[in-house]
Amino acid sequence: MNKWYIEKGEQGDIVLSTRVRLARNLEAYPFPGKLDIQSKKKVCDEICDALRDTDDVFRRIDMASLTRSQAVSLAERHLISPEFTTNREGRALLLTEDESVSVMLCEEDHIRLQVMQAGLALPQAYAIADRIDSMLDSKLQYAYDPRIGFLTRCPTNLGTAMRASVMLHLPALNAAGRISGLAATVSKLGLVIRGAYGEGSSPRGSIFQLSNQITLGITEQAAIDNLQAITLQIVAQERAAQERLLQNETQADKIWRARGILSSARLLSGDEFMELISLVRMGVARGLFEIPMEKINELIVRMQPATINAAGGQDFPPAKRDALRAEAVRTALLS
Amino acid sequence: MLCQNCGKREATTHIKRVVNGETSESHLCAECAASMGYTDVFSGWGMSLGDLLGGFLGESTQAAGQISPTLRCRKCGSSWQDIVRDGKVGCADCYRTFYDRLVPTLQRIHGRIQHTGKTIARETETPQKPEKSEAELREEKIAALRAQMDEAVAAQDFEQAAKLRDEIRSLEA
Repeated sequence: MNKWYIEKGEQGDIVLSTRVRLARNLEAYPFPGKLDIQSKKKVCDEICDALRDTDDVFRRIDMASLTRSQAVSLAERHLISPEFTTNREGRALLLTEDESVSVMLCEEDHIRLQVMQAGLALPQAYAIADRIDSMLDSKLQYAYDPRIGFLTRCPTNLGTAMRASVMLHLPALNAAGRISGLAATVSKLGLVIRGAYGEGSSPRGSIFQLSNQITLGITEQAAIDNLQAITLQIVAQERAAQERLLQNETQADKIWRARGILSSARLLSGDEFMELISLVRMGVARGLFEIPMEKINELIVRMQPATINAAGGQDFPPAKRDALRAEAVRTALLS
Repeated sequence: MLCQNCGKREATTHIKRVVNGETSESHLCAECAASMGYTDVFSGWGMSLGDLLGGFLGESTQAAGQISPTLRCRKCGSSWQDIVRDGKVGCADCYRTFYDRLVPTLQRIHGRIQHTGKTIARETETPQKPEKSEAELREEKIAALRAQMDEAVAAQDFEQAAKLRDEIRSLEA
């Protein structure tokens, strides 16, 4: 079965993926931060039991059984939060075979249910999350208050306790220095935009994550509609900016050169790879050359450092990893 | 005011932290604040916002005035000071215990303080309605018969309509 990120979805030239996360807690237990390891395990077992005999088949992974690389690789694939790779004792992950649904148990909240879909697919992703959530609700006693909704460890998540986000590739807007202006605008609309790979002013690969900020006093539907509308506007802006950029011969040349380097380099650091694949992806998005977008998206996920280590089953020294990365990218682009 | 970190740019980000009751303040420019990880304030799921949120909660406590240091959540033992320090809440019961104190902070974070989204199953179960009185039942029956009568008239089935009219009259008597 293909992993979800190997598919290409709606608005796939700009939108890599859609994610919907729901945070839930059990009424009977204090939040995980207040639990000892034994109690955390008990909570994990209880939730796993509730998910047994459902239509969705989950694989249970006890986080303590993983190597550090395996754990970080899950975070690089956005299946778990970076925080979930630390203090792994007593935490478990439930994962469907195509990795589109993952459930973090005893992260900050008892349940962090996450659905990922390729491209822009907010209603679809929410529908899946909602269905699994309702099923869990029928078997478990959720912590809930009619005034402030689902009760979460952090007050910023109260209410719907839903974070919906889209991962956007915005190389042209980034090059034009328009991301900070965009960030100021979306924050007025109750959304937040930030780098998906690495923080700071210039995130790697020009890949950004746009998500809803407000969870209390707004319905899931309204939050999703808002995110959808703004995403479509940003997508249109980015497309126009890419078209303008490509009219400039020097800029178009950069894209061809990036493809040349990726197709022949023998060593590729993570930073260089992200910079070049971003340019190549823009070339593919605007039809400069025919590489399937799915292949580019998959490379971005597979070429992250811990994912290379996890795939090779050992912690490679950086130089070896750069060689492995260059080889895999070459093979993918030349095939 | 200039940024305390680089000393060059105008400080636009003001951070107040309350750690173990000690308040510290820093004033940073946007770039230094970003490089120190203050970009994702209140973007949720985040990890470093605990301190900041603690500052928020601390301020709302000061505004609210009185705090009883002895009041603790019965389930997890958290005091209000614990919540302020962590910027996180201990358990579901903490929200009920400290609800009034949390409201100003929730208002600042979300702008609203009434949940409007999905509810849980046990919340949406319809409460048992009290038994209907005989008069109410009769009213309902009459309304249903009237509707049937109107339908019969519309279908020009006057015989049926007359029967229904008589039935309604007997009920109304």
